[in-house]
Amino acid sequence: MKLRTFRIGGIHPEENKITAEVATKVAALPTQAIFPLSQHIGAPAKPVVAKGDKVKVGTLLAEAGGFVSAPIYSSVSGTVLKIDNAVDATGYRKPCIIVKVEGDEWEESIDRSDKLETVAAHPELTPEEIVNRIKVAGVTGMGGAGFPTFIKLCPPPGAKAECVIINGVECEPYITSDYRLMMEHADEILVGLDLLMKAAKVDKGYIGIEDNKPEAIRLLEEKTANNPNVEIVPLAKKYPQGGEKQLVDAVIRRQVPAPPAIPVNVGAIVQNVGTAFAVYQAVMKNKPLFERYTTVTGKKVANPGNFLVRMGTPMKELIDFCGGMPEGDNKVLAGGPMMGKALTSTEVPVCKGTNSITILTDSDARRKKPQACIRCAKCVSVCPMGLEPFLLATASSMHNWEKVEQEDITSCIECGSCQFTCPAHRPLLDNIRLGKTTVMGIIRARNAKK
Amino acid sequence: MNFILIALVVLGGIALVAAVILYICSKKFAVHEDPRIGQVASVLPGANCGGCGFAGCSGMADALVKGADSGSIEGLFCPVGGSAVMGQVADLLGMAVANSEPKVAVVRCNGTCELRKRIAVYDGLKTCTAVNACGAGETGCGFGCLGCGDCVSACQFGAIQINPETGLPEVDEDKCIGCGACAKACPRHVIELRKKGPKGRRVYVRCVNKDKGAAAMKACKAACIGCGKCLKECKFEAITVENNLSYIDPDKCRMCRKCEAACPTGAIVAVNFPPRKPKAESGVEVATAAKNGSENKEEA
Repeated sequence: MKLRTFRIGGIHPEENKITAEVATKVAALPTQAIFPLSQHIGAPAKPVVAKGDKVKVGTLLAEAGGFVSAPIYSSVSGTVLKIDNAVDATGYRKPCIIVKVEGDEWEESIDRSDKLETVAAHPELTPEEIVNRIKVAGVTGMGGAGFPTFIKLCPPPGAKAECVIINGVECEPYITSDYRLMMEHADEILVGLDLLMKAAKVDKGYIGIEDNKPEAIRLLEEKTANNPNVEIVPLAKKYPQGGEKQLVDAVIRRQVPAPPAIPVNVGAIVQNVGTAFAVYQAVMKNKPLFERYTTVTGKKVANPGNFLVRMGTPMKELIDFCGGMPEGDNKVLAGGPMMGKALTSTEVPVCKGTNSITILTDSDARRKKPQACIRCAKCVSVCPMGLEPFLLATASSMHNWEKVEQEDITSCIECGSCQFTCPAHRPLLDNIRLGKTTVMGIIRARNAKK
Repeated sequence: MNFILIALVVLGGIALVAAVILYICSKKFAVHEDPRIGQVASVLPGANCGGCGFAGCSGMADALVKGADSGSIEGLFCPVGGSAVMGQVADLLGMAVANSEPKVAVVRCNGTCELRKRIAVYDGLKTCTAVNACGAGETGCGFGCLGCGDCVSACQFGAIQINPETGLPEVDEDKCIGCGACAKACPRHVIELRKKGPKGRRVYVRCVNKDKGAAAMKACKAACIGCGKCLKECKFEAITVENNLSYIDPDKCRMCRKCEAACPTGAIVAVNFPPRKPKAESGVEVATAAKNGSENKEEA
């Protein structure tokens, strides 16, 4: 049988999933935890603690700073050292809450037992209650972008959700944190999906998994054999299948129109497996989002692995635990090699969206020298959004913002397929990203005037 | 013969009718353009640099003539032509000479390779806007010059160049006409348009880092740490310290250079001043040397 996948473009980078069979370990507590106030898309959170305050694991540190925002909870117990600027993944110094770790005392409201709770056993959970608990627990998209989850569950007027799609694709090379989560917490993820379906008031759920993870597909198919509402969808391996719009196309054969349309406009709500797990813990165990699964990987890393990490742990401590920084020139990425963000400091903490710390070494870390465009149109053929990357890049480099806006630059999902495939090694995505940011700014300014 | 005549009459008739229509149209829909606009535009340098704030020289000429009609051309100044051109324009329009102090682009960053350590290597697209959008760049300073030369490509007069030794742009004061294109191109607002000052003398803070002192110093040894020593030295209230960054108001600064001497990191600089008078001790030495010299002469 031919496996489903998205229809336009796509590439096949080398997988390098070297940590796939490494069971998850619990990472050691840091000595000092750093909580950036902006770990999600939207307004930064507002601190509710002050210097010197004692906090426990699960204590609220900062409340949501607006509608599109999320609260931040402490992942450690100790004393608030200061609220000061510290380097985050962007390399700039941003406001953070810094907590000195003392012991490991949890808030009593958190249920730390392993007992599996099911939706059927909790009829008191109305859809509104579920959405509210997700909102209060500060759950955001765990796949990387970090969009507050509760907003996705409240469709805008005119749009109606028909199904929930769980994203277990993990199409980025190297990363295996979602795979380990599916292997180790399949039951919880399925309850999380049930909760999401109930919250979105739909009765159809899909879990999309690429066929390079046959074990996860088999395990989840076994567990859902008697559940007609949930379908496991094996997908043909292709990057960027984990992109929301690509996944919707692959699983339910519907194409999401250009922005501002979102997947719910075609009836789908897409959530990552990590998010489903966080939803389960938030709703059933009253555990706010302060831990996550993260892969630390790289060909030259001595002991790469998957970790259950308390957020706020500096990446340096995790890298040291894996055998330290390899020799030679390294490129440390928060995320995978395709979409990850290159870091200038390893003091940066693990945040809600840090699914991986990837260390590329020597020649993998360096870019090749760009040459002239040879008009081969490979970038056009691999663009999963059907754009013309060479045109967008050239027009952006010439600051022709009107042209790039006309050419739908805002549809770009910044997957980097164009740059990956370019035989002339042209910095296509750099230019497109610049154009996209500028055009988004222009559009915002225009809307503000209206 | 007859049809030639007919053709001539018909064509002549059409030509006559068309001529009448054209004449009426030209009178009825005549666009009156002030002849002075053309005259003013011919006086302006014609570089279309946009330094005056208009898209090009004709836009500026239009604004000048309109300004003259409403009684004032204040605020309109061509930085390229300077006072000389503005004097000609004022004569043309019969206005008082508009004067404005000449300005020059000033690079407010001294993060040389030596003073500001590179902590990472950036190998992406080499433009400042691209670097600024994707991260803090190669150094630990999130405010200072990125050194990719967006200002160099913005300058139409070849007045700004990156010094390969320091990695920082340098302004050629003779060529800089103060149009401000570089200041607009800089994504981090490192370049400021400042009064050129008497004899080109200026005192300014050569840093834009707003981090707290310790963090700023960690990133760059030449950073302004916001200690406020300059503030205490200044007798003319020209200095303000906001967000851990000192700023010297060029209109209030009397160029006593006390702040420059007080600055512990050397973030405040004074340019185009003659060297300071030698201190008393060295002064004596100079005097004795001169004396010896004269004695030697006598001996000879």
